[in-house]
Amino acid sequence: MKEQHGYTSTKRYGMVIDLDKCTGCGACMVACYAENNVPFKENETHKLDSLNWIRIFQLDNGKPYPDTEVCYLPMPCQHCDGIGKHGHSPCVSVCPAVATDYDYNTGVVSQIPVRCFGCRYCMAACPYHARKFNWWDPVWPADTEKYLNPDVSARMRGVVEKCTFCFQRYQQARNKAYMEGRDEIHESEYQTACAEACPTNAIIFGDLHNPDHEVAKLKDSPRAFRLLERLHTNPKVYYLSSKSWVRRAGDNYLENESKPQSGRQKIHHK
Amino acid sequence: METRPTIIPPGVKRCSKMQFSLWMAAATAVLLWGVYAMYLCWYKGLNQTNMNDAYGFALWIWADLAVIALGGGAFFTGFLTYILGKDKLKNIINYAVIIGFICYSSALLILAIDIGQPLRGWFIFWHANEHSMLTEVAFCLSCYFGVLTIEFLPNIFENPKLDKIPFLHHLAHNMHSIMAVFAATGVFLSFFHQGSLGGVSGVLYGRPFSFREGINVWPWTFFLFTWSAAACGPCFTILVTWITEKLTRKKLVKDDVIQLLAKISGWMLATYMIAKIADTIYWAMVTAPNMGFSFMEFYSNNPVYGLWILILEIVICGILPAAILITRKGRENKSLLLLAVILAVVGVSVNRWVMVLQTLAVPVVPFESWFMYSPSWQEVATTILPVAYGVIVISLAHRYLPVFPQERELNPTN
Repeated sequence: MKEQHGYTSTKRYGMVIDLDKCTGCGACMVACYAENNVPFKENETHKLDSLNWIRIFQLDNGKPYPDTEVCYLPMPCQHCDGIGKHGHSPCVSVCPAVATDYDYNTGVVSQIPVRCFGCRYCMAACPYHARKFNWWDPVWPADTEKYLNPDVSARMRGVVEKCTFCFQRYQQARNKAYMEGRDEIHESEYQTACAEACPTNAIIFGDLHNPDHEVAKLKDSPRAFRLLERLHTNPKVYYLSSKSWVRRAGDNYLENESKPQSGRQKIHHK
Repeated sequence: METRPTIIPPGVKRCSKMQFSLWMAAATAVLLWGVYAMYLCWYKGLNQTNMNDAYGFALWIWADLAVIALGGGAFFTGFLTYILGKDKLKNIINYAVIIGFICYSSALLILAIDIGQPLRGWFIFWHANEHSMLTEVAFCLSCYFGVLTIEFLPNIFENPKLDKIPFLHHLAHNMHSIMAVFAATGVFLSFFHQGSLGGVSGVLYGRPFSFREGINVWPWTFFLFTWSAAACGPCFTILVTWITEKLTRKKLVKDDVIQLLAKISGWMLATYMIAKIADTIYWAMVTAPNMGFSFMEFYSNNPVYGLWILILEIVICGILPAAILITRKGRENKSLLLLAVILAVVGVSVNRWVMVLQTLAVPVVPFESWFMYSPSWQEVATTILPVAYGVIVISLAHRYLPVFPQERELNPTN
């Protein structure tokens, strides 16, 4: 996946999630399950062995009523560029069998389930818990197998899976552009299932390198922050919030730290 | 007690067949319990464990790291014997190699159970990612297991029955004469895979509890793991020798041999503790705060991991045994020596535990909480399995092989 294609410039696909707009409805999760053939258990109460490529956290400001404020935070894989911004993502660098890879053409951190042998080192490496292990073989309720997405392989027991930014949609969009003799794909041609499903347009997806794409503008918003920036994972998922307590909840600070340290200043990728 | 000159080495006493059979039956029963749990994990999958998406690494990875550290007695004793020429240690090197062989074969078995797709285990060699510490572990560990097998074989060929076969007799003789080459290879491989195991958690820059800076691509844990294995591995050899002596009710290795190994271990442990304390201070004062974590965040707000575990690892199971072992009075007192080697073994095991389990327990995303874990019976059984396997291998080796060169001298039959 590291070869360079002559007909397209390097992309850096990313996501901006506006937490001021997110209602925590879960449509993004449902769309993701359907698009990516994510299996589910009969009993989903134990979330730590559930398969979900995007989860929604409920945060609050810790204050009692009537000052309580709540925020919903959807968390897919952060598709980290990693230290040095050249694909040294926490998970990619540790996978012993190259079952997860950084695509230099798109910035997407891929997962290759048929290559994965289930050592779970990537899960130990990921601070976001974005990686999920197939503890069971998938069981599809009656007839639902007929509704699986033919563009996405279902995974088997014993391998790790995670959000791929619906990479199959990128491949389809690229094929379409190629057939129509175009070098570039339009912003609307490659959208993730969660971004499409979000009823409040809280999830925006696009090329962070392309100044015409909405995400490229939004990521520079004063409301923008990323999760755990101090770890230098360099995620490509940005969050927007007008509330300072939400922005502060995105990272760890020492008790006496009132302002982000200099090392936490946003790094803009060119 | 009766003597079996045919298959049992001449001039040594062994227990009766009945006694030995009962002992082996008990060990085999435990082994079969572990084998059944292993079967469940392979047949039904890792849903048989209490691991989850927060605890991708758990009891098994700890067991792997611990047995490899404890099996470090083989490479370090080999290094002292064959490279540094400490001839006295030839009286314990056979046993150190057997213990190492058991530890490393156990580690490979546990890894085979631990991976979600065991039939794809060879991918780690075929599709190797040279940037992954786990790749380096897999290569060095497998190669070193080969070396340990080669080191163990001459001892097996010295069984009186096998020794009568001329080919095996000469093979064992020739293997002995070039054993220094294999010992040197083993030392080289061990320095790397012991280090790489430290690197496994040390490179995780998304995990502030275990992440460490270092030199080039090697985090400090790389060096600390090698150092601690060299220090505590021989302590495990001494401990297992002591247990064997108690069970067989006879002296197998002379005190001066044990004393020499204990002294060297003590100095290794003392210097390791200096490095470990320096590393802990730098991590607590610089590394973790740069990531937004205060030292006490790693040791509070959870039901298990308090400061006690750090004190246990560094003071009680580190500084204390080191102090005992480096002083002549300490190590010559048999009770203190035993206490010291037990503490050192516990200490290195605690270190491996926190570097795996506590690393994953600590919440990194600010709005998550501590993750707690307790193993399922299948995990426990498969972890005890190697212990039963080790008991069986040691029992067979002790009964049928001339493991201890000083045994006859220390236990004259006439």
